[in-house]
Amino acid sequence: MWRSRKWALAALLAAGLLSACSGEGAWRTHDIFKLVPDLAFSLNDDRGRSVSAQDYRGKVTLLFFGYTHCEDVCPETLAQLAQTLRTSGSGRDDARVLFVTVDPARDSTAVMHGYVQAFGPQFVGLRGDAAALDALARRYRVSYSLGKPDAQGRYEVTHGSAVFVFDREGRARLVFTAKDTPAAMAQDLRRVLFDSGAGAGAG
Amino acid sequence: MVLLHALMQGLIAASAFLLPWELSPTLLVSCAGALILYWRGLRRVRAAERPAPGRRIAFFSGLLLVYFVMQTRFDYLSQHMFYLHRLQHLVLHHLGPFLIALSQPLTVLARGLPARIRPAAIARIWRLPVIRVAYRLLQNALVAPLLFVGLIWFWLTSRIHFDAMLSDPLYWVMNWSMLIDGLLFWILMLDPRPRREGALLGFGARILIVLAAMVPQMLIGAHIALSNRDLYDVYAVCGRAWEIDPLLDQHLGGLITWIPAAMMHVIAALVLIGRWARHDRNETHRMRAPASSNSGRA
Repeated sequence: MWRSRKWALAALLAAGLLSACSGEGAWRTHDIFKLVPDLAFSLNDDRGRSVSAQDYRGKVTLLFFGYTHCEDVCPETLAQLAQTLRTSGSGRDDARVLFVTVDPARDSTAVMHGYVQAFGPQFVGLRGDAAALDALARRYRVSYSLGKPDAQGRYEVTHGSAVFVFDREGRARLVFTAKDTPAAMAQDLRRVLFDSGAGAGAG
Repeated sequence: MVLLHALMQGLIAASAFLLPWELSPTLLVSCAGALILYWRGLRRVRAAERPAPGRRIAFFSGLLLVYFVMQTRFDYLSQHMFYLHRLQHLVLHHLGPFLIALSQPLTVLARGLPARIRPAAIARIWRLPVIRVAYRLLQNALVAPLLFVGLIWFWLTSRIHFDAMLSDPLYWVMNWSMLIDGLLFWILMLDPRPRREGALLGFGARILIVLAAMVPQMLIGAHIALSNRDLYDVYAVCGRAWEIDPLLDQHLGGLITWIPAAMMHVIAALVLIGRWARHDRNETHRMRAPASSNSGRA
C-alpha cells in the first residue's frame, strides 16, 4: 500500500513537471531568456554609419557572426533566416538580421553591403575594429579564430553557428542553432515578434 | 638583440596567457587568502609540527592548479573546447581538491590566522547547530557520493550544459559547485584519522564509497567517449577554440571523464588502505604493549 502510494506520488510529480515543460512556455528552439545579456554593441553598418544597439530598439534583432568568404555555414544560415523572416509574417520594419563579420580585414564596408543586400532589405552587415569585435564576442561567449592562409592567401575562419534573437526591448530571448528547422524558427520568431510588446512574461 | 626581442615577445605572450580571462574577485581573494594564511601558518608552527615537504607541495600545487584553470586564458579555452572543459573539471573536482585534502592544511591554515581572530571564535561558529547539521548532512555516507556523482551528471546533461556554457553566472555556479563539492568530498575521504579519533567515517566505509563513486563516472565517461552523436552542440553553436572534429573533441572529453577520474579514485582507495593498515598495526602494538612492557623496554 505504502509503496504504491509512493509511486503514485512520483508519477504525479513527473506529470506536473512534464506539463510545466510542455505547456505555454515551450519553445521549439532554445530559450535563453535571462541567461544571456541584452543586446549592446557599437560597430559600423554596411553603409559606413556608426551604429549601436539603441538604433535597433523597437525591432526584433537576430545577431549572427560570420564572414563573407565563408562557403557553407554563413550563406546557408542567412538564407534560412531570410526564409524564416518571410514565413514568420514579420513586416519590413519588424525585424533586422545583424550579420557581424569576424573577418574585418577582408570584409570591407562595400563587400559587406553587397553581400547582405543579396539576402534582403532586413539584413544589415556590421563590422568593427578588433577591440569592438572582441568585446561583442566575449559578451555573447562566442569564439572565432583565423586559420592559416594557403598559398593563395586564402584562409578560413572558425566561428560559432549561433543566431541570438533579441526582442524589441533588446532582451535576449532565443538562440537558433543548426539543428533548428526554418519552420521551428519561424514559429518561435512569431511569438517574440508579437508578444514582446506585451512583455516577456510568457517565456 | 634578436634573441632578446624574441624573449620579450615570449614573455608578453606568456603573461597574456596567465591573465584572467574573466576576472573573479571572489576566486582571487579566496586563493590569495588561502596562500597567505598557509604561508603565515608555516612560519608560526613549531618545527616538529611543520608538515613534511610532500604535504606542503601538495597544498601549493593543488591551489595553483585550481587558480590556473579558473583564472588564466585556459578558462577561455575550456569554454570553447569540450575536452579542455573536462580537463578543467578534472582539476576542479578531482585533482586540485584531492591534493589540498591530502596536505591536511587545516592546522597550518588556522595558525596563519591573524592574532585578533582567536581559534575559539572559529570553533564557536563551527559548533553552531545550523552549520553542524548542514555539514553532517553533506558529509553523510550516502549524500556525499551521490552529490559527487550527481553534480557531474547534472552539468553534463546536454540541455543544462548548453545553458551553462552560454550564461556567465551559470558558468560560475557550475565551476564553483564542482570546486566546493570536490573539497568536501576529498576532505571527507582523505581524513587521516580513524573513526574513533574523530573522522566522520571509518576507513572501510570510505574505501567502499570511493570505489562505488568511481563506477557511475566511468559509465558517464564511457557513454560520452563511445557515443557517435554530437551530445554537446553548444561548442559548435558558440565556436570552438580551434578547428577540431567535434566527435574527436567529444571522445577526448569522454575519455578524460572516464579514465583519469577513475584513476584518482583508485589512488584514493590505495591511500586509504595504507592508512588503515598503519592504524591497525599501531592499534595491535598498543594493545600488546602493556603485557610486554618490561621486555619491550629491555
